[in-house]
Amino acid sequence: MMPRWSRIVLALAAMGLATTYVAPLWHIALKAPQYPEGLGMYIWSSKITGELRSINGLNHYIGMKQIHPEAIPELRLMPQIVAGLVLLGLLAAAWGRRAGLYAWTVILLVGSLVGLADFWRWGYDYGHNLDPEAAIRIPGMSYQPPLIGPKQLLNFQATSWPATAGWFAIGAVMLAMALSVVEWRRARRVPA
Amino acid sequence: MRVAAVGLLVLAGCAGQSGSPIGGSGDAASKVYVAPGQYDEFYAFMSGGFSGQVTVYGLPSGRLLQQIPVFSQYPEKGYGYSEESKAMLTTSFGVVPWDDAHHPQLSATNGEYDGRWLFINGNNTPRIARLDLTRFETDEIIEIPNSGGGHASPFLTENTEYVVSATRFSVPTPQADVPIAGSKFGGLLSFVKVDPKSGHMALAFQIHMPGFNYDLSRAGKGPSHGWSFFSSYNSEEAKSLLEKNASQKDKDFIAAVNWKQAEQCVADGKAKQWPAKYAHNTRDENGVATSEMLTTATVLEPKDCPGIVYFLPTPKSPHGADVDPSGEFIVGGGKLATVLPVHSFSKMQKAIADKAFETEIDGVPVIRYEAVNACEVKNPGLGPLHTEFDDKGFAYTSVFLSSEIIKWDLKKCVVVDRTPTFYSIGHLMVPGGDTRKPYGKYVIALNKITKDRYLPTGPELTQSAQLYDITGDKMQLLLDFPTTGEPHYAQAILASKIKDQQLRTFALEANHHPDAVKAEKDVKVVREGTTVHIFMTAIRSHFMPDNIEGIQVGDEVYFHLTNLEQDWDVPHGFAVMGANTSELLVMPGQTQTITWKPTRAGVFPFYCTDFCSALHQEMQGYIRVSPKGSNTKIAYNTGQ
Repeated sequence: MMPRWSRIVLALAAMGLATTYVAPLWHIALKAPQYPEGLGMYIWSSKITGELRSINGLNHYIGMKQIHPEAIPELRLMPQIVAGLVLLGLLAAAWGRRAGLYAWTVILLVGSLVGLADFWRWGYDYGHNLDPEAAIRIPGMSYQPPLIGPKQLLNFQATSWPATAGWFAIGAVMLAMALSVVEWRRARRVPA
Repeated sequence: MRVAAVGLLVLAGCAGQSGSPIGGSGDAASKVYVAPGQYDEFYAFMSGGFSGQVTVYGLPSGRLLQQIPVFSQYPEKGYGYSEESKAMLTTSFGVVPWDDAHHPQLSATNGEYDGRWLFINGNNTPRIARLDLTRFETDEIIEIPNSGGGHASPFLTENTEYVVSATRFSVPTPQADVPIAGSKFGGLLSFVKVDPKSGHMALAFQIHMPGFNYDLSRAGKGPSHGWSFFSSYNSEEAKSLLEKNASQKDKDFIAAVNWKQAEQCVADGKAKQWPAKYAHNTRDENGVATSEMLTTATVLEPKDCPGIVYFLPTPKSPHGADVDPSGEFIVGGGKLATVLPVHSFSKMQKAIADKAFETEIDGVPVIRYEAVNACEVKNPGLGPLHTEFDDKGFAYTSVFLSSEIIKWDLKKCVVVDRTPTFYSIGHLMVPGGDTRKPYGKYVIALNKITKDRYLPTGPELTQSAQLYDITGDKMQLLLDFPTTGEPHYAQAILASKIKDQQLRTFALEANHHPDAVKAEKDVKVVREGTTVHIFMTAIRSHFMPDNIEGIQVGDEVYFHLTNLEQDWDVPHGFAVMGANTSELLVMPGQTQTITWKPTRAGVFPFYCTDFCSALHQEMQGYIRVSPKGSNTKIAYNTGQ
């Protein structure tokens, strides 16, 4: 069995994931000379907010597909996946066995990596599958937004960073991993 | 006016002492320099004079920021041409597409600017307009009946309860076909109620006064709240050669009106209903203007409501009647007087209680001059006109003939500084200078003549304002800057009070214009007899549809254009070849309509007139016009 404080930390990490229901996961910011105030796009588990209409309007010059949140199935799935992760985390905390912690940590880590890969895949698709009749066509140029950090896309400086719920999710992963390490060490010292 | 002024300038002689070379002192530039990308401290709203519009300047830089169409057609914005805006210029005389805009007035709460609305009068066909200060657009215009020349207007009360309009040209009341000479004319002082929530104006009552020329006005504040003061000249009631015949008496009058009591008399049924005809034009939230013709006016006779109005004798042909920040002093600018009279509100109340009257004119008691006058400012120069106030107890009076501003101590009633203006100053303005809490800092001279101040441009020279620093003991000239039309009067508000309330785009979801098209798939072209409605959209960088066929010579074509953008600073323009109207300038999320009557067969281009994007030059279309009676079907598309 894990000590009481480990189980509390595990429960807190699981509950931290629930912030995805009230805050965005990711923020892509765009800045250009004629947009000094910037344009922004917030990716939530269930929706995309921000100046989507303006961004779609600009993207049509380069022939990028319109971003229609309702056409992205992940935005319907993700809230359910998160609910499952939170539930599993809380069950693991209630159960109190290390096996539960390890299993949850692995599921969370794999889930996060799959999520990031999926995000990258969408970005790749939007950035590369361009209308061949677009007004602006630059050979060799693609417009995939950065997964994380800044990137220059023509006149726009695109910057991508985790948003509030994204940081909570990263925190949950780090916490789960750290806790697993601590518990694994303790298990070696004190045979259960 | 100009010719007379130039002649009198010669008589006026020396224009006071000049402390610095013409153009101000060496550090003036740094005081008006607003670095690129930086903002001005004040918005100044200037009357566009005979342009009929309002112009917006930044202070202290004197940079022109915007021109707001009010009383005159303005093709640049489609104002007065678009179907939505046409009704704004309706009057009882039909469409009057021009006026002479004089006095901008910022709405106030507790005697301080609240940044909600700007009112301005049209002098020629008496009207008052209300402008919205989140969009910088004219939202409402009301005509004033039974009047000739709405000059003493709008001069609102301390909490914007009323805007006023008094007739500068008395006329037969009610209007009638009578001989000009020998007929008795009347002058109406009109009080227009302002709805505190919506700002909507309604003519509440008019006071029927002797047939003088009513010139300017200010409302009381603080202790004098509830009163309004109107200057008048031509108490001789001359109808011809007024420059001589209206300048005979040593004193004319300031009319003090107790509007709170007038309200009571109206409520008590002491007013009469006069037949009248006047237009009231309003724009709804979709920007669609409608005009309503009203047919009665509520008129109060002073004799039916004793105590609502008194005459304060004031030398000589007074122009300004300006109330100081405390509300106690009323300064009369006697343009032909040799002193500047300062009346006292508390003395006036005592005089009324003591019945210290010298006579009565048409039921209006005339208070004895000594019983109301607080002091006379000696040596004010020649032709004192208007007075505004700073935050330190000083008053600033414009002096037309000697072309100067005098600064005087309000308590001591003495001139402490004077500085020349270039040339022939009319109104002046201290930011907040008519409020209970003036900002001080600057005084702006609004000049009538510029002569040698700018590069000459033929016989008609630029109009001009001048900015002076008043933070020190001596006024210091900082800047000359050109203005539009004749900038009669101006008011300035701290930029921070309205900067952040500016609308950036109209929300497309909130666009309930009956002819709006909110998605490209919904565009259509509909023929109804010889009328064709084209419901179209604009977004960077195309119109939908951009190829239209089936129009015939003689059709009346309505282009209803919705701008689908929701991005700040992306208006789309629209113009079609040969249109006898104007362009449209459609803001993001807005719908506007322009008409076009094709007179010949052919294919005609239309295009976006406001550079909107990298592909703006490609934002164009064609409309095909066939001969009348041809069988070309209505057809339209984009990109097919």
